[in-house]
Amino acid sequence: MRVNFTVNGRPQEADDVWEGESLLYVLRERLGLPGSKNACEQGECGSCTVRLDGVPVCSCLVAAGQAEGRDVVTVEGLADFAKQRGEQGGCASGASGASGASGSCGTSLQDAQGWSAKGQDSQTGEGTELAPIQQAFIDAGAVQCGFCTPGLLVAADEMLERNPNPSDADIREALSGNLCRCTGYEKIMDAVRLAAARQGEAV
Amino acid sequence: MSTPNGTPTKITQGSQTKGGIGESTLRPDGTLKVTGEFAYSSDMWHEDMLWGQILRSTVAHAEIVSIDTSEALALAGVYAVMTYDDLPTEVKNYGLEIQDTPVLAHGKVRHHGEPVAIVAADHPETARRAAAKIKVEYRELPVITDEASATAPDAILVHEGRDDHHVGHVPHPNIVHRQPIIRGDVAAARERADFVVEGEYTFGMQDQAFLGPESGLAVPEEDGGVHLYIATQWLHSDLRQIAPVLGLPERKVRMTLSGVGGAFGGREDLSMQIHACLLALRTGKPVKIVYNRFESFFGHVHRHPAKLYYEHGATKDGKLTHVKCRIVLDGGAYASASPAVVGNAASLGVGPYVVDDVDIEAIALYTNNPPCGAMRGFGAVQACFAYEAQMDKLADAVGVDRVEFRQLNAMEQGTIMPTGQPVDSPAPVAELLRRVKAMPLPPEQQWLSAGEEADVRQLPGGLSNTTHGEGVVRGVGYAVGIKNVGFSEGFDDYSTAKVRMEVIAGEPVATVHTAMAEVGQGGVTVHAQIARTELGVTQVTIHPADTQVGSAGSTSASRQTYVTGGAVKNSCELVREKVLEIGRRRFGSYHPAWATAELLLEGGKVVTDGGEVLADLVDVLEDESVEVEAEWRHRPTEAFDLRTGQGNGHVQYSFAAHRAVVEVDTELGLVKVIELACAQDVGKALNPLSVVGQIQGGTIQGLGVAVMEEIIVDPVTAKVRNPSFTDYLIPTILDTPTIPVDVLELADDHAPYGLRGVGEAPTLSSTPAVLAAIRNATGLELNRTPVRPEHLTGS
Repeated sequence: MRVNFTVNGRPQEADDVWEGESLLYVLRERLGLPGSKNACEQGECGSCTVRLDGVPVCSCLVAAGQAEGRDVVTVEGLADFAKQRGEQGGCASGASGASGASGSCGTSLQDAQGWSAKGQDSQTGEGTELAPIQQAFIDAGAVQCGFCTPGLLVAADEMLERNPNPSDADIREALSGNLCRCTGYEKIMDAVRLAAARQGEAV
Repeated sequence: MSTPNGTPTKITQGSQTKGGIGESTLRPDGTLKVTGEFAYSSDMWHEDMLWGQILRSTVAHAEIVSIDTSEALALAGVYAVMTYDDLPTEVKNYGLEIQDTPVLAHGKVRHHGEPVAIVAADHPETARRAAAKIKVEYRELPVITDEASATAPDAILVHEGRDDHHVGHVPHPNIVHRQPIIRGDVAAARERADFVVEGEYTFGMQDQAFLGPESGLAVPEEDGGVHLYIATQWLHSDLRQIAPVLGLPERKVRMTLSGVGGAFGGREDLSMQIHACLLALRTGKPVKIVYNRFESFFGHVHRHPAKLYYEHGATKDGKLTHVKCRIVLDGGAYASASPAVVGNAASLGVGPYVVDDVDIEAIALYTNNPPCGAMRGFGAVQACFAYEAQMDKLADAVGVDRVEFRQLNAMEQGTIMPTGQPVDSPAPVAELLRRVKAMPLPPEQQWLSAGEEADVRQLPGGLSNTTHGEGVVRGVGYAVGIKNVGFSEGFDDYSTAKVRMEVIAGEPVATVHTAMAEVGQGGVTVHAQIARTELGVTQVTIHPADTQVGSAGSTSASRQTYVTGGAVKNSCELVREKVLEIGRRRFGSYHPAWATAELLLEGGKVVTDGGEVLADLVDVLEDESVEVEAEWRHRPTEAFDLRTGQGNGHVQYSFAAHRAVVEVDTELGLVKVIELACAQDVGKALNPLSVVGQIQGGTIQGLGVAVMEEIIVDPVTAKVRNPSFTDYLIPTILDTPTIPVDVLELADDHAPYGLRGVGEAPTLSSTPAVLAAIRNATGLELNRTPVRPEHLTGS
């Protein structure tokens, strides 16, 4: 079958998709976006977390066909997504609720579809513009092997969008669906606190 | 064949970073990892590539009566199906130390999940379906599952006709290796003891559970060889095992390290490496194999489950008189690293204490359980769990505070190990305990800290809302451990580093090329720091790790910063000498200091030890490049005597202490670990941020096996019951407490920069500290780990 959907702001068309393929498989193997990771394929580890119409989901549990006509954000598009949100004064930046018609936190479908990721050709990634949560993960030492990192970033970014001043218990609750085996989570906590603090300063 | 997309480990760190050793410089691969561009082995892609799939045994112990691959071969999209009969050479086994592991099962399977056949197809689902169409007829055999069944007089031998170098000294062919350690006279010492405590302990089977499953891409090359892009812990060890099976000289098997999604010992053994290469050479196409989580539980060895029997004695003034112990490790169906794990368990079996009279025996069994081998802590973890429980028990018997009792018996520099080896560098065991005890305790009833209402998220049971504080009891426990650093028992544990220095775009640049497997630990960060410190440059390029440079040894045994870090330092020093020679040749006549002073490279310049600038590196080098590739070795070690266990077997020791604070819902048997504080001596923290990250990560793997992690193997069928993240639980961020860390830096004068290997020690003491805290809260004896709710409620 053919699946049409938007990924990181760009319309995508995947052909010859077998009905049993997951959104994760199509992203990784058909669209060349391997940033979302496959670590358990049963929704336990969160390594494949992407946003589907703004909602964080385990893309391993979403059939590719379910993404038809919908909007997906992966870690590859996170920096531009966050930048766009900042420019539009989304909840995460503390400005009023321009991100949705109801004024609620979160990104509306309309907003999500209204931006696109830029190309990125650096071999080393140096000079790459990063989302605040991405920079905070590097600065706080929250990255070791890094396999859990993409999913955690998408989940943490979404939480900070909803809850710009999370308590430690809030952070732990929001990220409880994302397993990390290297860090013991302490530096991930530090990174999310750091990103929240920097967000606060930027207001 | 062309290169597959993504050269994952080529990393350049920017000139804005000035950091040498001792600074918390940031990971050079950090940006790639947070943008999703870092290419892990499972992300490798090549046009025209096929997907490999492994068919694994559905039973633990059986003769293979027949294998019929015809239906699988007939499936559209299938390019190859291979069994034992298709192996190209007479070398059909591999193994780290003992080559007892079949590449594909031959006539018999010895554990649940053993590889029987391999398939290559154009879609992973096609490959899976084809594998499912292979018909294997098994004739089941009785299973050997424990010491009693393994050593029974009429026991079936897991391996008939063993000819490895351990078979001559083991009491039964189903015992892989036995290491006794006898020192002093335990019988006489027991007479002096005022108190004797005994205990029998059980340690469950833990999985490394690295998040990036086993995977790799094998690309056939025009010269008949193969290029393997792989996630591993030791490229050259893989190469040594792969090439003979393929019938290729090692130079025709090129290996490049792909991004590694964690390891923790689980990638020391081969997994899909040979299978992918076989299929690539058979089909002439690139073949990628990626395990899913289910298969990953069968695709690597686990931490040895163990039974440990201990007797400790002490005088009434609290001094240890003797320790007698027997440690039985279940090695499963194949040897893997079992012999070395036995050596560690035995030699570190009494812990970081002074005791002159010891009688230790450690063995590893061959059984039909899943193969067990390396995991962070490597034999020392199981022993620490048991001896620390014993130390609490004995302290209570003597009537001394548990921490004080440990301090009374703590080893220090100069202490003689049970192996007769003197501890010849700082061993601040009592000090680490003092520090961890001195940290402030978390507030009582911390679940009320947010307000008057209980925050259930901070209580046992969490959002299941099982208690608002009723039935919740707090406990505190302490533990300390000792781990060896580096490969022991006479192993030639060297590493190689190639370092080049040249001027690029008007700036001196160093390139560091090693075969070190970066598995997340941050070795690449540290190598760049060392090069900056030694060569005075800001720009350091870390070359991708591959087999085009000499071996770096394994990323295990807490050894890489010590050994490959040592090799990088050594090669940098040799490069510096050559650069200074060039400088003397070009500029020596201009300033007498070139001949007389101690010269350093700092800030891109040649300077005297007094700080006088003699020349710019740019002017010294001009268009010359200086390159050195050299091996580096730490002090040699010796084998342990097979009867007495005596010998200078270890390179260095590493020490950590933990204090655990837990809250237990005693009605439901639910445990919440509130805090796990750690104090560790690291000799010298080359990168403090990474050091703390290692300590915290190791601590939580210890927490996991204390309260949740266990591979359940059916005692009747020897089949694995819980091969998934739904059924094998590892700690989430909700299960994880705060982890305050106190880092002590007492230099080991034998090691580069005085550093001490960091990665493993925190995994040892974490588990017994949590168990001690749960015992403290509940008053229960708890002689097994992990602790499950039913152990706490008695139901």
